[in-house]
Amino acid sequence: MLQIILESTIGIAGAGGLGSNVAVALARVGIGKLIIADFDKIETSNLNRQQYFLKQIGEPKVKALRANLMRINPFSNYQIHHIKLDEKNIPIIYKNVDIMVEAFDKAEMKKMLIETWLSHFPKKPIIAASGLAGFGMNNKIHQKKIGNLYICGDEETELKEGFSPMAPRVGIVANMQANLVLEMLLM
Amino acid sequence: MKTITVNNNKIDWQEGLTIDEILKIMNYSFKMLVVKVNDKLVKKDEYKTRIIPENADVKIIHLISGG
Repeated sequence: MLQIILESTIGIAGAGGLGSNVAVALARVGIGKLIIADFDKIETSNLNRQQYFLKQIGEPKVKALRANLMRINPFSNYQIHHIKLDEKNIPIIYKNVDIMVEAFDKAEMKKMLIETWLSHFPKKPIIAASGLAGFGMNNKIHQKKIGNLYICGDEETELKEGFSPMAPRVGIVANMQANLVLEMLLM
Repeated sequence: MKTITVNNNKIDWQEGLTIDEILKIMNYSFKMLVVKVNDKLVKKDEYKTRIIPENADVKIIHLISGG
């Protein structure tokens, strides 16, 4: 069981509320290699749900995330890309991953990644998240499988203008994604 | 009666049915969609042209911002 985990490579697209939480969970599990890409820098408003610290504000998220992951588990390999992902670079950056995790914020980016992934790697699983805004409603959060595309979330809670998602619900969905990664690797 | 399945709901099939028409029939007004027909991806530029065969299994996933 441990050997499979150590030999696995997982892609994470985005290092915000979903991506940073997925990365921390998978680093704690001891996944051999994580490939993480994000173009953004840390802002104060991110700290309500993302795995960063106050003194890291202004740093590129991927750089700060690798530093934090190294403090949790220095024995895994964290490959980071400070880049905006698109249809062209996704198939290059993530071509060697076993499982892809969609961890974007914006719906149009989620769509872009899922369609790019299904077009290039129809046989490799992709785990996306949709519907995690607000609080409460644990019972509405679920997982769905459509071939090699998996969706975690409630699939209905829209983000209200001017509001960020909140740590508990983003954390639940991010950890569902990480949990599904483990299930796929070990089953 | 010939049918197709859309997100696990059975609806009537007719000759020349497209994704755009299915969205109308289902009353789906979502913008950000991923559509799979018989587990194959259908991109937006094919919503008006791709003909859906009878007995097709159509999945329409609504993507929501937040993460």
